[in-house]
Amino acid sequence: MPQEFRLILKNADLPGYAPDMECYLRHGGYEALKKAVATAPRELPDGKKQTSQEVIRDEVLKSGLRGRGGAGFSAGLKWSFVDRRSGKPIYLICNADESEPGTFKDRQILHKDPHQLIEGMVISCWANDCKLAYIYIRGEMPKAAKLLNVALKEARDKGFLGKNILGSGFDCEIHVHRGAGAYICGEETGLIESLEGKRAYPRIKPPYFPAVLGLYMCPTIVNNVETLCHVKHIVTMGSAEYAKLGTPNNTGTRIVSLSGDVKRPGYYEIEVGKVTLGELINHENFGQGLKDGRSLKAIIPGGSSSKVLKAGEVFKLNRKGADGQMTKVDVPLLDLPYDFDSLQQAGTMSGSSAIIVMDDSRSMVEALANLSEFYAHESCGQCTPCREGALWMAKGLHRLTHGEGRKQDADYLQHIAQNIQGRTICAFGEAAAWPVLSFVKKFREEFEARGAADEAKHASGGAPMKMAASPKH
Amino acid sequence: MSNAATTEAKPAAPAPPPVEKIKIKVDGREVEVPKMLPNWQGKLEATTMLQAVQIAGGEVPHYCYHPKLPVAGNCRMCLVEFGTPMMGPDRKPVFNEDGSPKIAKSVLPYEPSTPRGAIACATPISPGMEIYPNSSATKQMREAVLESLLINHPLDCPICDQAGECKLQEYSVQHGQAGSNFVEAKVHKPKAVDLGPRIVLDDERCVLCTRCIRFTKDIAGDDALGIVNRGSYNTIAAFPGAKFDNNYTLNTVDLCPVGALTSKDFRFQMRVWFLKETKSLCTSCGTGCNTVIGSREGKVYRYEPRQNDAVNSTWMCDSGRLNYKWIGREDRLQDVLVRGQKSTWASALKEISEKLSKAASGSVAVIASARQTTEELYLLKKLATKLGALTDSVARMGEADKLLVAADKNPNSNGARLTGIAGAELGSAISKIADGIHSGAIKTLVVFGDDVTKAGISADLLAKLETLIVSDILPNATTKAAHYVLPGCAHAEKRGTFVNVKGRLQKFTKAVEPKGDARPEWEFLHELVHNVTGQNGFISIEGLFNQMAKEVPGFAGIEWAQVDDQGVNTIS
Repeated sequence: MPQEFRLILKNADLPGYAPDMECYLRHGGYEALKKAVATAPRELPDGKKQTSQEVIRDEVLKSGLRGRGGAGFSAGLKWSFVDRRSGKPIYLICNADESEPGTFKDRQILHKDPHQLIEGMVISCWANDCKLAYIYIRGEMPKAAKLLNVALKEARDKGFLGKNILGSGFDCEIHVHRGAGAYICGEETGLIESLEGKRAYPRIKPPYFPAVLGLYMCPTIVNNVETLCHVKHIVTMGSAEYAKLGTPNNTGTRIVSLSGDVKRPGYYEIEVGKVTLGELINHENFGQGLKDGRSLKAIIPGGSSSKVLKAGEVFKLNRKGADGQMTKVDVPLLDLPYDFDSLQQAGTMSGSSAIIVMDDSRSMVEALANLSEFYAHESCGQCTPCREGALWMAKGLHRLTHGEGRKQDADYLQHIAQNIQGRTICAFGEAAAWPVLSFVKKFREEFEARGAADEAKHASGGAPMKMAASPKH
Repeated sequence: MSNAATTEAKPAAPAPPPVEKIKIKVDGREVEVPKMLPNWQGKLEATTMLQAVQIAGGEVPHYCYHPKLPVAGNCRMCLVEFGTPMMGPDRKPVFNEDGSPKIAKSVLPYEPSTPRGAIACATPISPGMEIYPNSSATKQMREAVLESLLINHPLDCPICDQAGECKLQEYSVQHGQAGSNFVEAKVHKPKAVDLGPRIVLDDERCVLCTRCIRFTKDIAGDDALGIVNRGSYNTIAAFPGAKFDNNYTLNTVDLCPVGALTSKDFRFQMRVWFLKETKSLCTSCGTGCNTVIGSREGKVYRYEPRQNDAVNSTWMCDSGRLNYKWIGREDRLQDVLVRGQKSTWASALKEISEKLSKAASGSVAVIASARQTTEELYLLKKLATKLGALTDSVARMGEADKLLVAADKNPNSNGARLTGIAGAELGSAISKIADGIHSGAIKTLVVFGDDVTKAGISADLLAKLETLIVSDILPNATTKAAHYVLPGCAHAEKRGTFVNVKGRLQKFTKAVEPKGDARPEWEFLHELVHNVTGQNGFISIEGLFNQMAKEVPGFAGIEWAQVDDQGVNTIS
């Protein structure tokens, strides 16, 4: 039976569980940190020697942990890119700017179990020789910022943070920095600029890869809240045990934010790939199905910027047969295992693991207009295609939803979106373009019908279109 | 615009050898380019695609990139399709049947049928890389960027001051499409924003390339400009309450590729395509910033900086740039005057020659100006030597800044030193000349280009002289007291050289005709020297310069023809 597997959220929702130190310690808190700083150096079978820090880094790599922020990149590999020979300090930044529409997982950790994050961060700092770390937290989460600051003080008082942590000789400090409410600050180089006190314009890569030229032009690791929490569990369990969770190449657990037209929206922690999209939506342990009398229309599977999936779609996925050979297998939408690789093969992504379910009462045109307005508002405006294109799409969709549509608007919107994706400094270009490209591609008839209806109305009424409709900003 | 360092500057010259080179292909043609080239600060960095294409003789259109500014990569105009040698699973190159390396074109990872461009301004080249600056995919990317830039642009070209030197216009012609798909209402932004004392900003025309911000912050060292708002509503602005008024603001007008930033001084004065462009120098201090004079029908309309990496990079200060109006002043000296009466060059020069020829050795003194050309100072020195005259020139000191402005406000103090008209310290002999006039030993004073009543020779002393010969451009107390007034020329009205504070000899050329009877000083000085000393041998500025270079040790070895428009270092 598909069910939750609570690793990160094991304690968060227990009755009486509080975000303070005492409670955390009662539940075995900071044992992983003790274990980490006591890690012995080891010699590998090939005779290569690893320092204690390298052992932890190796464990994280072997655990198969993939970033939980959106890109799903190997956390261990990311750590391995860090320039450790520059002589400059290495910074760790926790990206707590959770802003992707539909996503509400990190906030559970931040509000209910801040010490878990701090423990994960101190271990990560120890493993990477970071003496200074930041938690860049979304401005709209003031309570969490306060809780974190209280928790950081508690950790300092207990010797888990600050000078000579647990007598190991390792010094580490963590500061909380509140954002001012821009989605782009979640992009790691935009975040770094913002942390430096500048406008959060994402940096060009090359040359500004954070692992080499990050915060203050020093090597920098930027990890998501949930990712850093997993580090704690990898240390506790050991990479081999951890990697048994989930499925090959999609190890561990993930917190899924389920929203939209389901009976029981909410956050559910699952073993990655062990639960299907259909189960997440329909099973009694998860979404408990669509509202009565409704049928499924579409799923946005990984946060608002992921490409939409249409009810009834069947995907060709690579599957290992009994003979060990890879074969293509037809997998219907609802049977897609919820993991990184399956969704990628389905032409979309698990992104921030936020599933938005849309039933047959929803207008795809209206929904896309809403999404596009968000991206038009959040484009930082640095790169020409996104700056001009994001608002252009939003204006076109505003027309289309306000009686000034044209049949050709489906093509019109695709033309704009195609000129954004892949042509900008950061992935926001894709984030703005993909909803438009996928909605129009998969629900073209709905867009064309809407435009054609407006054209017919204006033709019969004689009043010319003004084309002046525009979203307010 | 050909000469002005407005929006286009040449990449800095490559550093001296040894230069490691790598082979790449540009549009199918193999080229060898240096692996490293100087970046905006002159430090060697991996060669970019944009530099490589330039070396290959091509061009990559761009707005935000400028070789003298940090790279921003925001305009996306320089996106180019490219490929790199394909690597097999064994990390070894894969070859075609003909043995040539197989190229993997860069594509969108999530849509492998679509090329993914790279910004040429920031992407380093690698061995075997192929760049396609003219492929259909590259052209489509440019077209799309231009379409995006134009959807919210006011398209007010007919009344835009940038028309004729606008990169939006130029690239639209070269790379754009005839029509736009855009049907919605445009974004409106602030118009005619008074950004500072010299700058007006039209935010609707702005393409948000941030050149002005980067220049102001990283070159001028003034964190005055920034962007406010988000997305399509992004707006360049000065910080609230702060004025954009540093001494380098007008460079942002040059840098602005469109008509967003305009100069209050120049806007609406003249359509740029009517301007004649003349290579010249700024005369406001000893730095000698290279300039282009924009003039039409005898009137100077503007100065713009001209790139010279040994002097001013591509910049100049606002005070120097705007210091041109005196050239066209109504009260310019236009007549040859003898004892206050209008005369002719022939009769005045005859009288002066006769007087000087008869003058007892030591009874004449010469106060030249370090605003004169080297050739003129040389001629005056020749005259003075023959007359046994005390000579000097007037020092003019002020404040320096950290970028371009020198404390020495004369453009040619080193010329005065090299020719020997002045000593190491300009003006140190003036009190001696004053004493000589006072004692009656000096009876004749020759003054060029300076009001000596403000430099230690009082009007009372001038009144004691038997003969006061003055050449200048504008009237002053000294010209008023003169027995002979010889109207001279602004640098914009003649040719010659200056030697800047660092000893760099630089040429300037003639932009406009002198007014009235005014003549280039070197011309009539040549006549005087000939009349008084009997020496001759030059009828042109070239001949004069070459003779000077032979005679004056500091110039030894330099010939006029060797001095190009970037100047040469003198031996001093």
